[in-house]
Amino acid sequence: MRYAMAVDTRKCVGCSDCVVACQTENNVPIGFCRDWVVEVMDGTYPQLEMEIRSERCNHCVNAPCVRCCPTGASHFADGGIVLVERNKCIGCGACIASCPYDARYPHPSGYVDKCTFCIHRIKSGLKPACAAVCPTKCIYFGDLDDPNSDISVVLKKRKSKTLIPEAGTKPQLYFLI
Amino acid sequence: MANRRQFIKLSFMGAGVLAVSSGAYGAIKLLSSPEEVKKLKVDLIRTPTYCEVCFWKCAGWVYKTSDGKIWKIVGNDEDQHCNGRFCPRGTGGVGMYYDEDRLKTPMIRVKERGKQVFREASWDEALDLVAGKMKEISSKYGAESLALYTHGSGSTYFTNLFKAFGSSNIAEPSYAQCRGPRDEAFLATFGEEVYSPEITDIRDTKCLVLIGSHIGENMHNGQIQEMSDAIDKGVTIITVDPRFSTAAGKSRFWLPIKPSTDIALLLAWMHEIIYNDYYDKKYVEKYCSGFDKLKEHVRDFTPEWAYGITTIKPDLIRKTAKEMADASPAVIVHPGRHVTWYGDDTQRIRAIAILNALLGSWGRRGGFYRPAKYDVPSAKIPKYPDPKKTWMDAFPGKFPIASSPVSNAIIDASIPENKPGFLIRGWFINGTNLISSIPDQANTLKAIQNLDLIVSVDTMPMEITGWADVILPECTYLERYDMLRVSPHRKPAIALRMPAAEPKNNTRSGYNIARGLAVKLGLEAFFPFEKQEELLDWQLKQTGSSLEEMVRIGVKTFGREADDLYFSENENVTFSTDSGKIELYSKSFEQAGFDPLPKYVAHEEPSDGYYRLIYGRAPMHTFGRTSNNPNLTDLMHENTVWVNPKVSKVWGLLAGQYIWLKNQDGVISNFKIKVRITERIRWDSVYMVHGFGHSQKQMKRCFGKGASDTQMITKVMTDPLMGGTGMRGNFVTFVTNKSEQEVVS
Repeated sequence: MRYAMAVDTRKCVGCSDCVVACQTENNVPIGFCRDWVVEVMDGTYPQLEMEIRSERCNHCVNAPCVRCCPTGASHFADGGIVLVERNKCIGCGACIASCPYDARYPHPSGYVDKCTFCIHRIKSGLKPACAAVCPTKCIYFGDLDDPNSDISVVLKKRKSKTLIPEAGTKPQLYFLI
Repeated sequence: MANRRQFIKLSFMGAGVLAVSSGAYGAIKLLSSPEEVKKLKVDLIRTPTYCEVCFWKCAGWVYKTSDGKIWKIVGNDEDQHCNGRFCPRGTGGVGMYYDEDRLKTPMIRVKERGKQVFREASWDEALDLVAGKMKEISSKYGAESLALYTHGSGSTYFTNLFKAFGSSNIAEPSYAQCRGPRDEAFLATFGEEVYSPEITDIRDTKCLVLIGSHIGENMHNGQIQEMSDAIDKGVTIITVDPRFSTAAGKSRFWLPIKPSTDIALLLAWMHEIIYNDYYDKKYVEKYCSGFDKLKEHVRDFTPEWAYGITTIKPDLIRKTAKEMADASPAVIVHPGRHVTWYGDDTQRIRAIAILNALLGSWGRRGGFYRPAKYDVPSAKIPKYPDPKKTWMDAFPGKFPIASSPVSNAIIDASIPENKPGFLIRGWFINGTNLISSIPDQANTLKAIQNLDLIVSVDTMPMEITGWADVILPECTYLERYDMLRVSPHRKPAIALRMPAAEPKNNTRSGYNIARGLAVKLGLEAFFPFEKQEELLDWQLKQTGSSLEEMVRIGVKTFGREADDLYFSENENVTFSTDSGKIELYSKSFEQAGFDPLPKYVAHEEPSDGYYRLIYGRAPMHTFGRTSNNPNLTDLMHENTVWVNPKVSKVWGLLAGQYIWLKNQDGVISNFKIKVRITERIRWDSVYMVHGFGHSQKQMKRCFGKGASDTQMITKVMTDPLMGGTGMRGNFVTFVTNKSEQEVVS
């Protein structure tokens, strides 16, 4: 099993519904977020191109945050999901510094927090909150080892990219272009 | 046309006079509180609602934690408005409930108006005061001297109260400040409006044309979902916008038009479609009238003619006209929603309607579908008294085609020096912040100073509440029942809203406020049910459902009586226009003294150093009413002014710098606004999101954050047909240091 997510940049409108749905689902304190929206512009008026992306933890196969964690709080769970075990986390911030995607934030309660792919939901057969709420249905989630999963199908059909591939982290958040 | 208008008005009144056998509702077991609901064997964790953060009214579920705290709101999978997916505002609706700056208890003004000195009052005292004042004004000047401004679900109750009281001066800013021109233009052309949610069949369209409509930034949930589905299916999107909107970013063709010239483009498209024989001949022959006159009218409006006006190259005009024709009839030239731009808006939307008719999209798959609505029986109430005067008597002959009261005309009728036919003496304001929703604030404030009574019903201490004599705090939609949602859609459906929690503090539902007043005014008979849930259960039982069932399912969708979502082949359709045809040439406009076919008229241009102010929406906010919502403020807490890099260079503006805006009348924004330097806006315009720059200190999170576009809109280009307030004829310049700002102000 290998969980992954793909965001269709041709459909994403950058509404931030994924952000607020994640915040309410996971009780993320106001002022922090586990996912966010990026808008990239290219060109000069009126020859313009725009890419909008919903971003979050890339749940890297080769995750620097797991490697650098001194207590073992950052770890791989089933399906390659990168998680933080709150009780073990001392909030040192090494993982925050090591993440090329800036995907982690210090929770006011003293531990480091990040996207979990809504592991509590996927265990019950639900999609992550961001994928479930997205009005444009631009977020695909599933098991890459299952060739019939939504994500396998869409990654096969469409061109995709990952962010900062040169960091060598083998990110599992794909962007359909 | 008159008949059609009356029909619209009747359906607008909602609470009708359908007779039912009395006593039928005497012995019904009622569900009066969430506690009682809990006793039933229904899902305890979730209660149904439909959203009130915007007008799309998506149905969903409110989830609570085991200790009864509201946790999250998610869409109802069975709901056609949202298909199980709420937008950011609906998802963030929890913030409305938790907002600590909410109005908490009734307040009565103790110093002169606008000083904002209030004292707390009991509901009884506050309602007594309002009822007493209403009676006093009514006996001195007539009930019609009181006007109601209203928005949202509470409108039904306060409209009922006002009609019972004897006033039909009931205005919704959603008409003259928003979609009124669209409704009138489609009524004049097709004999029917486009409703809400709009009957655009985006799901199956092959070509979607957006004229300034920024779907994706306006978060009209169902439309965005369908646009996204259509993108998957390879739709061609054509976006006409001086700004590179999000939708423009998704478009195959973006036409970066010079602002205020849309009608020229629409006429050139008509010219192309007619003179190249692109139009749907069979459809036009069968259903339309006035084609020959239209053809003659657009003879000279070539793409080359339009190029000089719109700055859109003739090739691009030709190519996009052909795209539309190729997709016909599965093409939508979108009617838009907020369309009060330049004062010739009814005519611009008429051009859009005509274009749709030429392409044969009305009543066709991928164009516009025929909606169906579920008829819920209304409670038996006495006949409303005939109002002695209506808003139209204030200024006879003005805005002859307006089918709804014009909010700005009622403001004008509240100012004695305008010498209205009769003077409005009191405003009852429900759920609309007139300071922010109606342009020309100085005029509104002038009217306010002349009034004998101002009552404001709201959930938040919006600016308008600061001017009120009495503030009546309403609970949020998460703490109350409301009428069943019966909006037309592809299939008729009903949706229930019920409280997920008890009203916080000393707040009450709109129903209870309106009924409380009715009792004090001796109009109790117009609210025959003491509790709203009794009314709902009675209504639902008439339809073969029950409150108990709806608590479990939230949404109930019914089948259509006939398979008539689209016109069938060779169907004889009679349109509700005077001629029974789609009127390409509008005789009713002609009779009323207006152009029967749309014409392009040049509008004023910004002078040197000034830029046209264009405003719009952000997907995480609704108007100015969500600006203080803790969850949504977290997503966007201020607006920015979009400036083209060429312009910022001339002015030496830096990205992220805070500046003030000054408009053509010398008005300087109360608050500073951050500069966003972006290629996404033309060099002759600036753009900002509406709804920021709140000046009410009680809203701690949003006070002073960003600037208010409404404050900059002092010049109004009024639509002579229906009174719409065109707001895009304002020009701003930049004020970069505060001392200058202080000197000028």
